[in-house]
Amino acid sequence: MSSAKRTPMVIPDRLESRFAAGLKSWEMLLIAVALAVFAVNALASPHFLNPWNLSDATFNFTEKAMIAMAMALLIIAGEIDLSVAAIIALASTAMGLALQFGADTPVLVLTGLATGLLCGAFNGLLVSGFALPSIVVTIGTMSLFRGIAYIILGDQAFTGYPSEFAYFGQGYAWWVFSFELALFAAIALAFGILLHATSFGRLVYAIGNNPTGALFSGIRVARVKFILFLLTGLMSGIAAICLTSRLGSTRPSIALGWELEVVTMVVLGGVSILGGSGSILGVVIAAFIMGMVTFGFGLVNVPGIVMSIFIGLLLIAVIAAPILWRRLRGEGFA
Amino acid sequence: MLHAPSTSIRAKTPLLTLSGISKGFPGVRALAGVALEIFPGEVTALIGENGAGKSTLVKILTGIYQPDAGTIRLGGAEVSFRAAHDAAAAGITAIHQETVLFDELSVAENIFLGHAPRSRFGLIDWPAMRRNAAALLDRIGARIAPETRLRDLGLASRHLVAIARALSVEARIVIMDEPTASLSHKEIAELYELIERLKAEGKAILFISHKFEEIFRISDRYCVFRDGECVGGGMTAETDHNELVRLMVGRSVDQIFPKTAAEIGAPVLSVSGYSHPTEFEDIGFELRRGEILGFYGLIGAGRSEIMQALFGITRASSGTLRIDGKAARIRTPAEAIAQGIVYVPEERGQQGTIAGLPIFQNITLPSLAKTSRAGFIRLAEEFALAREYTARLNLRAAALDRDVGTLSGGNQQKVVIAKWLATRPKIIILDEPTKGVDIGSKAAIHAFMSELAARGLSIIMVSSEIPEILGMSDRVIVMREGRIVASLPREGLGAEMLVRAAAGIREAA
Repeated sequence: MSSAKRTPMVIPDRLESRFAAGLKSWEMLLIAVALAVFAVNALASPHFLNPWNLSDATFNFTEKAMIAMAMALLIIAGEIDLSVAAIIALASTAMGLALQFGADTPVLVLTGLATGLLCGAFNGLLVSGFALPSIVVTIGTMSLFRGIAYIILGDQAFTGYPSEFAYFGQGYAWWVFSFELALFAAIALAFGILLHATSFGRLVYAIGNNPTGALFSGIRVARVKFILFLLTGLMSGIAAICLTSRLGSTRPSIALGWELEVVTMVVLGGVSILGGSGSILGVVIAAFIMGMVTFGFGLVNVPGIVMSIFIGLLLIAVIAAPILWRRLRGEGFA
Repeated sequence: MLHAPSTSIRAKTPLLTLSGISKGFPGVRALAGVALEIFPGEVTALIGENGAGKSTLVKILTGIYQPDAGTIRLGGAEVSFRAAHDAAAAGITAIHQETVLFDELSVAENIFLGHAPRSRFGLIDWPAMRRNAAALLDRIGARIAPETRLRDLGLASRHLVAIARALSVEARIVIMDEPTASLSHKEIAELYELIERLKAEGKAILFISHKFEEIFRISDRYCVFRDGECVGGGMTAETDHNELVRLMVGRSVDQIFPKTAAEIGAPVLSVSGYSHPTEFEDIGFELRRGEILGFYGLIGAGRSEIMQALFGITRASSGTLRIDGKAARIRTPAEAIAQGIVYVPEERGQQGTIAGLPIFQNITLPSLAKTSRAGFIRLAEEFALAREYTARLNLRAAALDRDVGTLSGGNQQKVVIAKWLATRPKIIILDEPTKGVDIGSKAAIHAFMSELAARGLSIIMVSSEIPEILGMSDRVIVMREGRIVASLPREGLGAEMLVRAAAGIREAA
């Protein structure tokens, strides 16, 4: 800063093209990992490359991945929702109750969506309205929502969903492509646009990087956070419809432990657990990776408990890896 | 040390002698060859404006900073403090404005944290700790039970605990950094009593303050700091208000302030009866088109709080606002921005910039409605807006897509100002606009302020820097303890008038 001359300086918009920056991104690394997992699976089992088997594999992750889209925005904004699996349980229970009162498929769907939205609004109100930390609030509502489901159902189950309701979780949109996969693709596209191409997405990043600075820039921080909780609740409601439809029944233990898999997916996708950065593309690739790994384990008959250990290790690894990766890249620029 | 007091018979060898202490930070010279002597059994007052280098000196004495040059002698022997515990071991302890104590621990634990008495087995000797704590508290006349949880104590009692802690390490030198800042009159009186007691025990006390009355009430010696130098000192009894003010302010303003005459128009903002339950009371002023209105006062006078209320961050409890003659209500920053009021905060890193976002996104953040269409962002428009305003402010950066956090303080400030100008405001509030900013950027920011005023923007500038206030303001409002105490025109305005008004000293003969 000691240069005495103060000639106006032309500042370039970018130092490197977006393409060049893209090549060095976390998403490229994820694509490489996805290809490697794909290759390993293909070598490990001769059944893997069958299109119908691959299609079956997608059911491992589509419902979780739908929630992960909204969760990605929430974590980028510096918040988290650990009650998503419990929202599925409550929404599914609500649909089961509606069924007992003779609801048809459209009413069932509306019930699922409305329950998800209400749960999301409740979380959002507690976090934005009362300025409580979301991790505590949603650990609380995680118990609360699932607790209500247990009270209603006990050790019973709701079954007997109408046959047209089965389409959401068991139907195919075209050839081997399931309705769930098509729905997930549409949701991913919508969230990708919302996060990366709209002003709202920009506010999400701003809040995640510095909530105080965002407030001092005139952003309605509480309102944005409330909307994000609402979206996460809505996605959990949609996931509840798909899952209930796929299983054909509701038990209070439905989707138990999914919140951790959703968070793992989001963090593996390159979303900083500290907030402020990440992309929808990364989370989508991460969803495919996790789905394929789960399916690969199934093909070679790895027991479920090993899968649980794997998810735990993956969660730790993916929280550490992006930090190390950024540190490595950061040193390259310094 | 400048004029050795011939009358003093007590004067003896100093306990602590500093000579040639210098310390610099990137772009800032915090201390330049400071010489200071501190004597046992005496209170030495350190006086100076905000940013004169007092806190830096305290940090050097307590081992938090290491000086770039100079020597520290303690009882004749040269010492160097590499870390805080070195200074503590040498018997130097500091009580800060907000001393770090632990709410959940007992008073005794707070006092002896880190040096608790041990039993034979190396475990903490709790009975001894309680006994010693009670003895210490008794010595300073504090009626506090050692078992009390700290969080159950009021501010004044916490101060006493901090002092007891200072004494527990057998300190020879006690530094008090604005100890009365948040105490009531009664509590201050008790603190004075305690200081007398410490003096009687032969402790050397370094008392930092910018309140004149307490300096004359409690100190034996004084030393005035200005621009990182000790510009004058001696026995307190041999000086008066006028001399201290003169020393604090100095003679010349050697920086160039490019304030050009601007045409001052109709009132843009009128505030009246503006009050807040705790921060400010009955504030009324008018801001005109093209005017730079300076707000001067000591830290804690309530200036930033008023500005944050005008910007909708906090809410005033009563009072009215008129913008362009029309009654206005501001409840959120978004409403303030819509009314054309923007705020460049003092806490740049926390409230001003959003580190992690690129420069151009920081600039367009409040203007997204303008650069987007139907909610969809348009990067080309964003870059165009960012280019326009960064060029006007002469920003120095590698590229507009770089993280704003990688810029220097001065350039970050330019980004914050650019962000707000891009919203085309009517009124811009600058809170300590050049704090922590290098000289070059400082001049650029000042020049730009003049240019904006000349174009008809109204500017409120909160500043604790007297040269900046004198150099840039068309009119100055002086605040003290949440109230406006003076409103002074530019003509005939002097530094001494400001300091007197802010400190509440009546015109001396």
